[in-house]
Amino acid sequence: MKLKFVEERIFNLLMVLATLVVFGFFASIIWTIARTGFPSLTWEMVSQLPGGGFYLGKDGGILNAIAGSLMIVFASTLLGLAISIPIVFYINVYLKKASRLAYFARLSFDVLFGIPSIVYGAFAFTIMIFFGLKTSLLGGIIVITLLIIPIFVRSMDEVAKSVSKDLLDAAYSLGATKLESCGVVLRQIAPGIATATLLSVGRAIGDAAGVLFTAGFTDNIPTALNEPAATLPLSVFFQLSSPIPEVRERAYAAALLLTIIVLVLSVTGRLVTGRFSKNRIK
Amino acid sequence: MFATPSILRMFAHPAGSAAAGTTSTGKPPVLKVGKKPGSEIKVSNLNVSIGNNHILKNIDLEIPNNKITCIIGPSGCGKSTLLKTINRLIDDSEKVKVNGEIIIDGENIYGKRVEVTHIRRKMGLLSQRPIPLPMSIFDNITFGCKLHGVRNKKQLKQIVEENLRAAGLWDEVKDRLHAPASSLSIGQQQRLCLARGLAIKPQFILGDESTSALDPISSRHIENLFVKLKEKYGVVLVTHTLRQALRIADYVVFIYLGEVVESGPAKELFNAPKHELTKQYLSGVFS
Ligand SMILES: Nc1ncnc2c1ncn2[C@@H]1O[C@H](COP(=O)(O)OP(=O)(O)O)[C@@H](O)[C@H]1O
Ligand SMILES: [Mg+2]
Repeated sequence: MKLKFVEERIFNLLMVLATLVVFGFFASIIWTIARTGFPSLTWEMVSQLPGGGFYLGKDGGILNAIAGSLMIVFASTLLGLAISIPIVFYINVYLKKASRLAYFARLSFDVLFGIPSIVYGAFAFTIMIFFGLKTSLLGGIIVITLLIIPIFVRSMDEVAKSVSKDLLDAAYSLGATKLESCGVVLRQIAPGIATATLLSVGRAIGDAAGVLFTAGFTDNIPTALNEPAATLPLSVFFQLSSPIPEVRERAYAAALLLTIIVLVLSVTGRLVTGRFSKNRIK
Repeated sequence: MFATPSILRMFAHPAGSAAAGTTSTGKPPVLKVGKKPGSEIKVSNLNVSIGNNHILKNIDLEIPNNKITCIIGPSGCGKSTLLKTINRLIDDSEKVKVNGEIIIDGENIYGKRVEVTHIRRKMGLLSQRPIPLPMSIFDNITFGCKLHGVRNKKQLKQIVEENLRAAGLWDEVKDRLHAPASSLSIGQQQRLCLARGLAIKPQFILGDESTSALDPISSRHIENLFVKLKEKYGVVLVTHTLRQALRIADYVVFIYLGEVVESGPAKELFNAPKHELTKQYLSGVFS
């Protein structure tokens, strides 16, 4: 009796500790970035392109990277959704539970999930060289799309798998075709799709290695798909490697901005997800 | 009447088959109101197996319209499988083999050129647990009608009211039609599912232990609805509570290990079972 009580207390304590460690890391990351970056996070920083000598501590901002990142994330999220949703429906509605194709599809996505983004980048780079393409917005969009498809598919698949067969049967018995029944499943897994989108956006906006060889870097905002595009993570990387302290501070400001964008997206995402869950059947 | 090769009736609309019920001399058919000729379900020599598991064996049955037919039998004997075979939900199971014929409206539903959605529309299915669709109460009812081309807003509203009334749910939900279906109680959800099934204008209502997950009051409510609905529909219920079958069945089919042991009018089967197994089952030797 007594021993059980002690045991309970110890494990309870361990759980609280583990949670606190994570919170601690989160807080200290935010603190480090904010403390160094906040003074440099001026209106000029977010509203202007890099001026001459920006990387030597002179004036200008990182609007090029903000715009490039948002363009790439927006486009690749849409593309990723458009490709992943049909895959998830094919695996879960069209293929039977014990289907070998479904098994291999899931396995492949698990493997793709674990491949580091630098490999995606290198792979895309080889292909781009083969076709004689230069670094461009399009290259960045494609590689980030490839990178987030496994995240999309696997996280939506987990949710779609848990949809009961009875729900499909209910739709079928009303005379719905498979495609029409997918519409029902879509409503049921809408919150899961929203969560998957949040995860993917977070990964997409923060990825540096994938876009390094494919999107390149530029001081301008791209106006066409074949122009190179700057991104926030690379902007952080380049400025952080500068010997000039002022530029390094700006790297923290850029990182802070990146974090704020992810945070805002996550919070709004959570709010929206709540609304999607309204009609879900438990 | 069933002598007509089913291939000729393959695309016969219910209205078309009603015409087929009249003789060529134009003599009007002697029929009760609401009863369509040929809308019995006729199962002949049906065998269903999943993998190596031979689940239904040589089933021969006629399920009448405007009556409640209860399928009884111990659990695992194949009652649900039979029901799923009747509306072809069984199609989606793995490694399933169906042999034999099920004729509805003079059409073998396992015929080659049959559209499965067309078959399923003829039946409203009520499952064991209520499965509302993840949408509002209103949209649950209109989902099926919209699939089949009803778009007119006014008409849809009318359909919603009509079928919610038929399922005895209207008064409880008329002020919150756009609330999520999941906000209803389990008993209400089951009536919603019934209303949803009725909205596609089926000829048959199929129920698979549809009251077993409900509290006694909701359960009785649904039971009474079935009795009312048999005026317009053929009702086929799987039940493993014998008392329910006693209360509402007109016909009873007793299945044991995938075979029909005995079937017939409820009174006869309950009062004077012919088969030894039926006697034992009814007296509770096994269940
Ligand atoms: N998808 C399936 N795969 C394999 N066996 C099944 C499947 N569905 C049902 N069965 C088997 O078929 C038999 C009849 O099942 P079921 O029709 O659900 O019985 P009941 O509804 O009378 O309880 C059971 O032995 C069950 O194990
Ligand atoms: Mg069953």
